[in-house]
Amino acid sequence: MNPSGNSGRALPRASDTLPWALVTPALGWTLLFFVLPFIAMGLSSLTAHEGGGFTLTNYSQFFTNPSYWQAMVNSLEVTAIVTVISVLLAYPFAWILAEQVPERWQRLALMLAVLPFWTSYVVRSYSWLLVLAQNGVINRALTGIGVVSEPLQLANTRLATVTGFVHFFVMLLTLTIFANLKQLSPSYRKAAADLGAGPVRTFLHVILPLTLPGIMVGAFLTFVLCIGDYITPQILGGNNELLMPQLVMMQIGRRGDFPLASALSIILMAVVSVAYLACARWLKIERT
Amino acid sequence: MRSVARIVSWIYALAVYGFIFLPVVVLVLFSLQSTSFPIPPFTGPSLRWYEAVLSDSRLTSALVNSLLVALISSAAAVTLGFLSAWGFARFVLPGSGLLRGLITLPLTVSYLIIGMGLLVLFNWAGVPKSLLAAGIGHVVINLPLCFAIIYSQMGDHQINIERAARDLGAPEWKVLLLITVPVMAPAIFAGFFLSMTFSWDEFVISFLLTRFETTLPVEIWNLLRSGLNPKTNAVGSLVFAVSIVLVVFFELTLLRRKPA
Amino acid sequence: MNAPLVDIRDVSHRFGQHRVLRNVSLTIEAGSYTILLGPSGSGKTTLLSILGGFVNPSEGKVLIRGQDCTSVPPAKRPTTTVFQDYALFPHMSVGGNVGFGLRMQGVDGTTRAAKARDALALVGLAAAFDKKPHQLSGGQRQRVALARALVIEPAVLLLDEPLGALDLKLRRQMQDELKAIQKRVGTAFIHVTHDQEEAMALADHCVVMNDGRIEDEGPPERVYARPATRFSATFMGESTILAGTVLETGDRTCTIATPVGPVSLPSALPRGSAAALAIRPEHLVLGAASAGTKLGKADVSDVVFQGSFKRVLATSVEEPSLRFIAKLPATAVVQAGDRVAISCDTDQIILLTD
Repeated sequence: MNPSGNSGRALPRASDTLPWALVTPALGWTLLFFVLPFIAMGLSSLTAHEGGGFTLTNYSQFFTNPSYWQAMVNSLEVTAIVTVISVLLAYPFAWILAEQVPERWQRLALMLAVLPFWTSYVVRSYSWLLVLAQNGVINRALTGIGVVSEPLQLANTRLATVTGFVHFFVMLLTLTIFANLKQLSPSYRKAAADLGAGPVRTFLHVILPLTLPGIMVGAFLTFVLCIGDYITPQILGGNNELLMPQLVMMQIGRRGDFPLASALSIILMAVVSVAYLACARWLKIERT
Repeated sequence: MRSVARIVSWIYALAVYGFIFLPVVVLVLFSLQSTSFPIPPFTGPSLRWYEAVLSDSRLTSALVNSLLVALISSAAAVTLGFLSAWGFARFVLPGSGLLRGLITLPLTVSYLIIGMGLLVLFNWAGVPKSLLAAGIGHVVINLPLCFAIIYSQMGDHQINIERAARDLGAPEWKVLLLITVPVMAPAIFAGFFLSMTFSWDEFVISFLLTRFETTLPVEIWNLLRSGLNPKTNAVGSLVFAVSIVLVVFFELTLLRRKPA
Repeated sequence: MNAPLVDIRDVSHRFGQHRVLRNVSLTIEAGSYTILLGPSGSGKTTLLSILGGFVNPSEGKVLIRGQDCTSVPPAKRPTTTVFQDYALFPHMSVGGNVGFGLRMQGVDGTTRAAKARDALALVGLAAAFDKKPHQLSGGQRQRVALARALVIEPAVLLLDEPLGALDLKLRRQMQDELKAIQKRVGTAFIHVTHDQEEAMALADHCVVMNDGRIEDEGPPERVYARPATRFSATFMGESTILAGTVLETGDRTCTIATPVGPVSLPSALPRGSAAALAIRPEHLVLGAASAGTKLGKADVSDVVFQGSFKRVLATSVEEPSLRFIAKLPATAVVQAGDRVAISCDTDQIILLTD
């Protein structure tokens, strides 16, 4: 790059200690309370719950015990479903907000669209429980108009977990996709129209490819946040079908089995890292 | 054809708004009735459960705890984040890229795993569960955020402004106090505000690292164990109302002002 | 007493593997207006940063008023810099900006405000004292930056492309003001630019830089009329360049073989050596036979009307890769496609040394 760019950084002179004094507290904090816990967790995961001592059983259990394995499968399935549905719901919504809503109302429309973001995170899942419960709003409405005679089992199902997640991520993705669409220069659309493309082809060949990197970032964020979340599946899905975070918390809560909980956490993190590496190519496009 | 597309898109938008608002409306609506279950039919309006919440000392003290943890941990996160961003932006440090990567690394790890790690470490080191432990965890999640926001705003123009101040004779600490902090104020404030909201709403780290004294999300979680409870509706609606007031306040005051 | 105000001795600088300055030596007299002129990447901005104390040179020394300032920090040396982006403090009023340097010296508020007002009056912005930088136009911000730097009475004022962000008309207007202000305050100005017109209009002393070296330096009239190098002849104004070799060396003249015929000049170059000749556009004569040196025939390819003159491009018939650049009166009758004889006054041919 431009060599004169270097001149912007004053080289550490007489007071060499100043720059280190500035960055050391943050680095120290990260080392002490992020890296060290991680090492502790790694060591713990290699320790036997009963009696201590080195062991790999915490990891081998995951692969041999079908219910542990199933939790990971459930987590991946739920996360994939949530990510796809959220993107499919949010994109057209963000597009309508950015294209159809008059300019002066856009800010308000967007603020309204993410307003429930500001409810407490625990309360948000609880609210869906109110809606989906046996005697909740939906079942009352359905039985009231006679669509069904018996209340449906909506809460404590995968459907409920997915609904709770989608609710949150539709808001998040609407924000990111909206920002993406607004960044596009209007001249792209004008140029495409000028060259004879109709609205559909303009969208398919110009708008969609240009916003795809932004969508990928949003989808990845959804994946990461969704697969590590404990509250939503615990409140809405119940214990009928366990997801990974629930499995981790269970080890701590019921049995105080820190080594197994550590091993499961590390496996969960490894899966996220693999997903990150798989998406890194797309995520990089966004940065440049 | 045009107008059909327009009508379809309006219907779609309204349906999504409906989906987004459905749980919030239900939450607030059934917080306003006096029956013991927050379920239809609506028999409202009554403030009975709001009184119950405000006279519940566990909930009110959890609220104070949450505010304290959020304020102190955010102040710590933004201070550490600002100082390190300044150091990395202004000086050539060996291994700078790697060290900056280390500081932002916690952003890519879920809260559950950060909480687990701290739990194992504190358990091993004999640190008791407390609000302090949860606060430490909140600094871990918010420090990278503050660092990233502030570092990204320290552009070449800011560097020149500081050089001008030094050139005119300002010693380093005056550059910091009179120039850097005021000029960076929007980014510093954004970092602080985001940290506050994340800490205020954080559940899993607080859940793992506190015991007797705890934060509001954990206390609400404890309420949930008793099933559908109008008190939960009331406290949820209160938190929502306070958040909305704050967001609107910030929207109208700070974000409206466009810096040159 | 005769020591120059600034004495740059054999300064070299590199960023990593990249050499941006190669053995630069330069002296600057008190009260002079010096322009560092060169294309981007020529090292002129780095040289200015070294003078200002923002960059420590890899080799060499910088003496200011006879004192070694090579590694003295910016605040401690008698220089002040006006930054290209002005670097005004956005959160302070104009008065606060201008008074900042005095505040750092511990000057009390009343004196500070009075001096700041004087400095603002000097640059014609007395009324802007209480405004914020973002309320000012580009030209006004430029003046505030100038006032802020001048108010602490530096021995040398360094200006990094100070007019670069302004539109053409404003730039020409600010040029005149800069010169007037410099004459009034008597401070030595060192000004970096890539605009040769700016250089000619402002400089007492013009330093042409290319690729980390000083190509030429002197009063702008001399640099224009007798450029030392090929680069200087083409960067500071346009020139037609003829390459050739020395054919014969006479008593005081030599004859140089060029693609358009032999040219005799007063010089003493050895036989067989390579030589380059430069001719300024206004010295080329088209058509009418002149008494000077004949340069063959050429086909006119372009005539561009520039208001007060016509700029003519013509390709040599004898050497198709040679392009003549000429400047003719606006009334000249010439058009693309004409074949014309080219000549020029022998005295106006510049023999380049590189």
